[in-house]
Amino acid sequence: MHPIRKKRLTIVLFLLAGVSVAVGLTTYALRQNINLFYDPSQIAEGEAPVDVRIRAGGMVEEGSVLRDPESLRVEFKVTDFTSSVLMEYTGILPDLFAEGQGVVAMGRLDGNGRFVADQVLAKHDENYMSPEVNEALEKAAGKRAAMSDAESESAVSY
Amino acid sequence: MAFDSLGAFIAMEGHGPYVWTCYFVFFLLMGAISLWSLRQRRFVIEQQRRRTGSRAMPDNSPAGANFTRIEPSQD
Amino acid sequence: MWQIFHKLGSPKWFFGIASKLMPWLLWVGAAMLVAGIVWGLGFAPKDYLQGNSYRIIFIHVPAAFLAQSVYIMMAVAGLVTLVWRMKLADVFVRAVAPVGAILTFLALFTGAVWGKPTWGTWWIWDARLTSMLILLFLYFGVMALGAAISDEKSSARAVAVLVLVGVVNIPIIKYSVEWWNTLHQPATFKLTEKPSMPAEMWVPLLLSVLGLYLIFGWLACLRMQTEILVREGRTRWVKELVQARGN
Repeated sequence: MHPIRKKRLTIVLFLLAGVSVAVGLTTYALRQNINLFYDPSQIAEGEAPVDVRIRAGGMVEEGSVLRDPESLRVEFKVTDFTSSVLMEYTGILPDLFAEGQGVVAMGRLDGNGRFVADQVLAKHDENYMSPEVNEALEKAAGKRAAMSDAESESAVSY
Repeated sequence: MAFDSLGAFIAMEGHGPYVWTCYFVFFLLMGAISLWSLRQRRFVIEQQRRRTGSRAMPDNSPAGANFTRIEPSQD
Repeated sequence: MWQIFHKLGSPKWFFGIASKLMPWLLWVGAAMLVAGIVWGLGFAPKDYLQGNSYRIIFIHVPAAFLAQSVYIMMAVAGLVTLVWRMKLADVFVRAVAPVGAILTFLALFTGAVWGKPTWGTWWIWDARLTSMLILLFLYFGVMALGAAISDEKSSARAVAVLVLVGVVNIPIIKYSVEWWNTLHQPATFKLTEKPSMPAEMWVPLLLSVLGLYLIFGWLACLRMQTEILVREGRTRWVKELVQARGN
């Protein structure tokens, strides 16, 4: 390669490396702000501030959803399979809200480790399938669970 | 076919407005940039032809001197 | 190899090749895109969770994928401009930047319309959505900077530097869903693994991605031809070509 071109290429590569390092360090320093939400383990360890509007997210625990029959109040547990947080919300939930599905909620932690949400968003994963396949999979999973009592089988999708 | 009727296809079980809005805007914008790009090239060719047609003028006449910066339909 | 490289730098040679390729790119691309979309809209099964709203994926993913690919191509062209001073590379950057901006806008728009029924919100400032918005502003910046500097050579260099600096955003977009907690889900298509959707969903998706790719190729050729005609207006071959086309 021509020496002038070589020099230019080196300058450009240095420029690129410099910018990457700068951006890398910035995003690393700001990672807590870039993270959209706290997960239940972070809340359990006390990393999330109390009584400040934050987002918390995770998977709605199976069998934890309690609906108040007289109002739109719902209580449910959100888990990341190490710890879980009790959430409380009054309002209309998104269509995709279900046990075993991901959610991201906006709200405040009260002093007792309870999360009072004022907005709940549904988070879905990257898996797509037809309803028939899903039904068949669930049937198969149910059969297997009934047969071997293996409890972690259904947690594969998270 | 995943739908029983044309009506069901358009309604998409209530998601129709969302789905069709997306497809409408997609084709609108892709069509607009395509047509605009085609027109722009035709415009430039015609412009150049007019210029070379009147070649009686010397090459660095005002009409010929600034052509690199003429941007047709910059909207 | 270097000879091909130098030939590629010749606008006249490129103009001829582009004219030959363009009908193929347009018609094969359009056929694939339409086939993918018709298949995806009417024949692919609905998703077990999202129902029919997921059908937006058949334009959302192609637009988002192209938006990022176009930027990477622009960055490579920017590198070529800076190191080899090849004029055609700058022509490419100028010609495709508006197309990239439109594709990025489409990815954001279709994502927002998809987000409303599935997530429950049009917009959220998570890392994926925000970095994609930054990509849109980078495209705007490239277009504005190119238009602001009138000297062709300094304009080309300034634009190339901006494009190259902005390329840092591309890995951030790609890995945002893995590095940070986001509302946006991770990629369904991965290079190394099987896609996490059945074939009757990913085949039409792949068709529409490839189709849009070819249509982008057509648009790039068309717009580069225009840019070349403007820049090379004084050369004999352009004068001859313009005369021949007109009659």
